[in-house]
Amino acid sequence: MSRYFTEDHEWIDVDGDTGTVGISDYAQGQLGDIVFVEVPDEGRQLTKGDEAAVVESVKAASDVYSPVSGNVVEGNAALADDPSLVNSDPEGEGWFFRIQLSDPSELEELMDEAAYEAFVAKL
Amino acid sequence: MSINQSGWKPTAPAKGEGAAPTFTGNKALMLEEPLIFEIGSTKTTGVDFAEGDVAHDRLGDLTRKAPIGLPGLSEQETVRHYTRLSRQNYAIDLGLFPLGSCTMKHNPRLNEKMARLPGFADVHPLQPVDTVQGALEVINQLAFWLIDLTGMHGVAMSPKAGAHGELCGILCIKAALEKRGEGHRKVVLVPESAHGTNPATAAFAGFTVEDIPATPDGRVDLDALTARLGPDVAAVMITNPNTCGLFERDLKAISDAVHAAGGYVYCDGANFNAIVGRVRPGDLGVDAMHINLHKTFSTPHGGGGPGSGPVVLSEALSPFGPLPFTERHGDGYITLVEEETVEDRHPDSFGRMTAFHGQMGMFTRALTYILSHGADGLRQVAEDAVLNANYVLRSLEDVLDAPFAASGPCMHEAIFSDKGFADGFSTIDAAKALIDEGFHPMTMYFPLVVHGAMLVEPTETESKAALDQFIGALRSVAERAKAGDPSLKTAPHFAPRSRLDETLAARKPVLVWKEPAPVAEAAE
Repeated sequence: MSRYFTEDHEWIDVDGDTGTVGISDYAQGQLGDIVFVEVPDEGRQLTKGDEAAVVESVKAASDVYSPVSGNVVEGNAALADDPSLVNSDPEGEGWFFRIQLSDPSELEELMDEAAYEAFVAKL
Repeated sequence: MSINQSGWKPTAPAKGEGAAPTFTGNKALMLEEPLIFEIGSTKTTGVDFAEGDVAHDRLGDLTRKAPIGLPGLSEQETVRHYTRLSRQNYAIDLGLFPLGSCTMKHNPRLNEKMARLPGFADVHPLQPVDTVQGALEVINQLAFWLIDLTGMHGVAMSPKAGAHGELCGILCIKAALEKRGEGHRKVVLVPESAHGTNPATAAFAGFTVEDIPATPDGRVDLDALTARLGPDVAAVMITNPNTCGLFERDLKAISDAVHAAGGYVYCDGANFNAIVGRVRPGDLGVDAMHINLHKTFSTPHGGGGPGSGPVVLSEALSPFGPLPFTERHGDGYITLVEEETVEDRHPDSFGRMTAFHGQMGMFTRALTYILSHGADGLRQVAEDAVLNANYVLRSLEDVLDAPFAASGPCMHEAIFSDKGFADGFSTIDAAKALIDEGFHPMTMYFPLVVHGAMLVEPTETESKAALDQFIGALRSVAERAKAGDPSLKTAPHFAPRSRLDETLAARKPVLVWKEPAPVAEAAE
């Protein structure tokens, strides 16, 4: 399983043709306390770059973009009850949705962990 | 001698006596005020209506089946509740209000006196025009002044706030493009330092918004902007002076480039108070600009009164302005040009934005302000606003990071960042501590291009003594933030409520008041 990052601070873990998407630890740190998360419904078709989810903190409401194209398999229902999971475990329990990739070659345009760390260090 | 034996023996107060907590929680005139639901009770009522004569209502199943559960209060309880709350509030009549970009300046009492004259206050917009010639004269004269001060061709008086004015201007641009058969121009360029309402307005009117970057000195990047111009660009929305408190020196060059590419220039005039009497936006090639009467021309706002955002228009856009507008005839008689009377004189108007003429009460106040200052006084308004902001900037740049201090004098507002604060301390902590110092905080975290921005607009109406006190307070707070004073993290300490838990309030909002379970009453 390998993890990729976007410049908009989403991460995606890919296992076979299924990816798990969330926002990075850096992103949750910038947003502050998360108070609301809206995840996509199962079955939704997403194109890479589509607005897939909404995350709201005390500071701002932000769109979360899909890092790849595909079909949503599952949204993380736990976030509705406890949006603070995104703060406490952004790159684990705080995942947003799972997606079945329609074009795995899109992953090649994303950053790996080291590249993302270097990207964030420059911000 | 005769002795008064009442027990009263005047003596000087003993030294060193501390205060015990009060039984009520009140602190003399600082009253601990409950929610209005906690005053009165559901068993009482403040009004005593006779039983209705209607024996049967026709609501059917919709009849209320249980009491609504709202507490009843007497008139006196209600008046006291709101008066007590109002004393915990902060207002421009209580002190300096440094909100940047909001322009909270003194509202002269002469404005209020004029607005309350029965001939202005008690008229109705549907009255026959021959009975309201005085009110129409106010609108007409104010329109003349706004056109004259901005060097523009026409003005739409009816928009009711700044953002409403933006929408009016953008709808004029849209109508003009459609008239030219260029409705395909769908892109509006907005610099990243723009007021947040600018992109919102453009998007609301159906345009696509694209950002234009700023130069490191805080101004619009002219090269980046001209490079983006093309046959798909409808307009550029630009704020001048901009939200970094700087004058956009390249605005004329920007306008020329935009016009050459077939677009229009919208100017956000929210900061017009910094240049009124000094610069005419019409000379800089602006096609449309709203003027916040509630900022530049001192009419109240921020809970004190409604906004008013007339839009001045260039010759190219004037034919597309909304109805109604006033028209002065040779004999001085003023009529109102509306749908019924417009005939074919204003065929390209995009329509109507408001039911009636606009914010009459604000027109009266704004014209009073203009006439009482005169042309020379208005010029001094701009000069003093800029002088005061520069005084704040230069007095604090040694203790606070001022990112654009090297860009030259600022305009009407001074901007600082939280760079240099101790680890874990941010602008919010300084702002909350200012509450303890008795000031409304400045604008925080805006513009977005500055980290931890603190945007201070003192306005021209503050004296040097008032500015010195504010500067002293902000200096003290900044020094504490740089030193990492932990008491800042829980400020304010002296407000009726200390630091609120905004996270909990957003995650678990309590939206419905529930009557607490009754306390068992002691047996009689």
